Amino acid sequence: MAKHATPLLDQLESGPWPSFVSDIKQEAASRAKNEKGIDYQIPVDACEDLLGVMELSYVHKRTHWKHGGIVGVFGYGGGVIGRYCDQPEMFPGVAHFHTIRVNQPGGKFYTTEYLRQLCDLWELRGSGLTNMHGSTGDIVFIGTTTPQLEEIFFELTHNLNQDLGGSGSNLRTPSDCIGEARCEYACYDTQALCYALTMEYQDELHRPAFPYKFKFKFDGCPNCCVASIARSDMSFIGVWKDAIKIDQKAVQAYIGGELKPNAGAHAGRDWGKFDIQKEVLDLCPTKCMWMEGGKLVIDDKECNHCMHCINVMPRALRIGDDRGLAILVGAKAPILDGAQMGSLLVPFIKVEDPYDEIKEVIENIWDWWMEEGKNRERLGELIKRQGFQKLLEVTGIDPMPQHVQEPRHNPYIFWKEEEVPGGWQRDIKEFRKYHQR
Amino acid sequence: MAFISSGYNPDKPMEDRITDIGPRHYEEFYPPIIKANKGKWLYHEILEPGVYVHVSETGAEVYTVRVGGARLMTVTHIREICEIADKYCGGYLRFTTRNNIEFLTDSKDKAYALKADLEGRKFAGGSYKFPVGGTGAGITNIVHTQGWVHCHTPATDASGPVKATMDVLFDDFKNMRLPAHLRVSLACCLNMCGAVHCSDIAILGFHRKPPMQDHEYLDKMCEIPLAVAACPTAAIRPAKVEYEGKTYNSVAVKQERCMFCGNCYTMCPSMPLADTDGDGIVLMVGGKVSNRISRPTFSKVVVAFIPNETPRWPTTTATIKKIVDVYAANANKYERLGEWAERIGWERFFEKCELPFTHHLIDDFRDPAYYTWRHTTQFKF
Repeated sequence: MAKHATPLLDQLESGPWPSFVSDIKQEAASRAKNEKGIDYQIPVDACEDLLGVMELSYVHKRTHWKHGGIVGVFGYGGGVIGRYCDQPEMFPGVAHFHTIRVNQPGGKFYTTEYLRQLCDLWELRGSGLTNMHGSTGDIVFIGTTTPQLEEIFFELTHNLNQDLGGSGSNLRTPSDCIGEARCEYACYDTQALCYALTMEYQDELHRPAFPYKFKFKFDGCPNCCVASIARSDMSFIGVWKDAIKIDQKAVQAYIGGELKPNAGAHAGRDWGKFDIQKEVLDLCPTKCMWMEGGKLVIDDKECNHCMHCINVMPRALRIGDDRGLAILVGAKAPILDGAQMGSLLVPFIKVEDPYDEIKEVIENIWDWWMEEGKNRERLGELIKRQGFQKLLEVTGIDPMPQHVQEPRHNPYIFWKEEEVPGGWQRDIKEFRKYHQR
Repeated sequence: MAFISSGYNPDKPMEDRITDIGPRHYEEFYPPIIKANKGKWLYHEILEPGVYVHVSETGAEVYTVRVGGARLMTVTHIREICEIADKYCGGYLRFTTRNNIEFLTDSKDKAYALKADLEGRKFAGGSYKFPVGGTGAGITNIVHTQGWVHCHTPATDASGPVKATMDVLFDDFKNMRLPAHLRVSLACCLNMCGAVHCSDIAILGFHRKPPMQDHEYLDKMCEIPLAVAACPTAAIRPAKVEYEGKTYNSVAVKQERCMFCGNCYTMCPSMPLADTDGDGIVLMVGGKVSNRISRPTFSKVVVAFIPNETPRWPTTTATIKKIVDVYAANANKYERLGEWAERIGWERFFEKCELPFTHHLIDDFRDPAYYTWRHTTQFKF
């Protein structure tokens, strides 16, 4: 017999998609039974009370979680988010129900041994509920009490060789796409760079000293599978500079129908015979490719690396060999000043350990943002407020046409005094010699 | 319940303390076939929805079976995932950025045996535990935020609407009939922890009532200057307020300037704005993050408000289903939802999707609004 009746939530158990309600119920049953004889360190009925409070939200159509609360582990300012229920008498099992963010491994690869260690820890000291994974990428442990926080941190660091992730006004846990681990499009090793920068900036990750959150995300190519261009303050997107490699035989195999276009992604309906003119050449945004004497020709200098032709014919076309990444800055979701897309700052940089060139760009930007950024002002908003020129100035990067979609519409140009011959100080008496009042 | 110490000594918190060690190194978790072929992958092919193969220049092949997950997962569920990975994948697995689980195997036979096993497992309530799909020109898992399960600012639930929506879109998770892939995302408030602002279809929780003010507690609970500074429209100012016969240091809100972002509430717990009738869902359409063919674009608001219809949000899911079906029937191969809408024109998009156009859909927030109005006679009747 369930502790709370949940007639509304129960309706989310039907239908084909995995039901989180069924899953929480199975965890509640497992805790109630306690076959392994675990000495649960937070209330055994936490899952049942979570279902209860959720049901109440489904009736009220409002959340029943209180605002924040300052909790954490010693010496860190992030990684733990305090959470309290606003009906603690009704649902004592979730009265205190804090979140812990655990820094996920690169590419989100796991061994079952490690996942089981996490499960054992979280079953004993938490609710047994997780997010795999949070939006920023962390492994998220949902629901524990304050006395457990240091214990969990101790076990993570001592026994699991594992640290917390970020929360608050700090560097948020960086995350990456699968990259070279299993993708033929990756222009650099996203996991290696993500790991190196995560380790380099541990202090920034754990001790909030920034005006607001700051996100790094690493995409191996312009397909942007981790959406870095839309949601990270600094977005690292793989690109190549030289020619796309062509296998003319494979091109013919696509034309002849032996190979399925787009790696078979359109198999769900009959789109007719593959037409290279219509499906590749005409859709190329720069029209930099054509057929000549039965062969595909690409004017690589005019290619803008949109990935379409490579995506359509992955066995015929490959990214070039002169590989690196582009850095875009200032992306964010709407709060506070509207959504912003990343703006291109560095069109190409080589990705070579120890990544000093990349770190220099990061640190110049942080110095500026920490000095000038207002409370809760994201980098993108500061760039808007002080201008892209200022960003170029603080990073020492020369302006180039790649920085703009098009040149400015208005001629209200802020010239600096030192840019104008003779400066701005002039002699009014000298002027009046030739111009009457 | 007896307290079990892990070894942490609160009297000497710095003794043997280990900090700043970062995440586990990714290479510890690579399956051997991944480790051996990293950077050597030649091409991939989707064999059927949810199953694909990557081929290396060494000749090695890795078969991946992709499984949708609810994101909210219990340790019991994760242990079942581990048991499957042990049986078929040598004890390795991975997750995707959209909260799918990927099981990697080195043979086609194992992949299909694995698939059959996965699809045979169901929760007691009847839903699949491990539905296989989410590849290619279809709909993969919905990324989402916490909602009423755990967050203090949501305007809608997250896990519930996502479950309801994926039930409705399940066929397109299992199939690849769409003109291009289609990404659905949910954020339960404007703060957009889930950054849904560049999704083909975005489900966004939204408040419609200005914050209340808990005058008795406001000055005790928050830094008034922070609450004032947090407002992007300068609708909040410090004020002495008479409340139930007493004078309090509090704030006044110019209500008509409030755009319900909730930023004040983040700064000041005494300014809650959640409401049964005020809160609901905004639907946005046509965003993308990929640079493929066209530029990355923001999603556009196409439905300004749908109430929170617990427990299954039927208006929201029916509207989404309609948009997906109209797009599927009309767009060209490779054309993303937003690219299609731009090609046919937004006036035609609303007509085809049978969505009413209201004044709420015309932008009126600062400069970016101007760039969304029409500056041409190139329009359609």
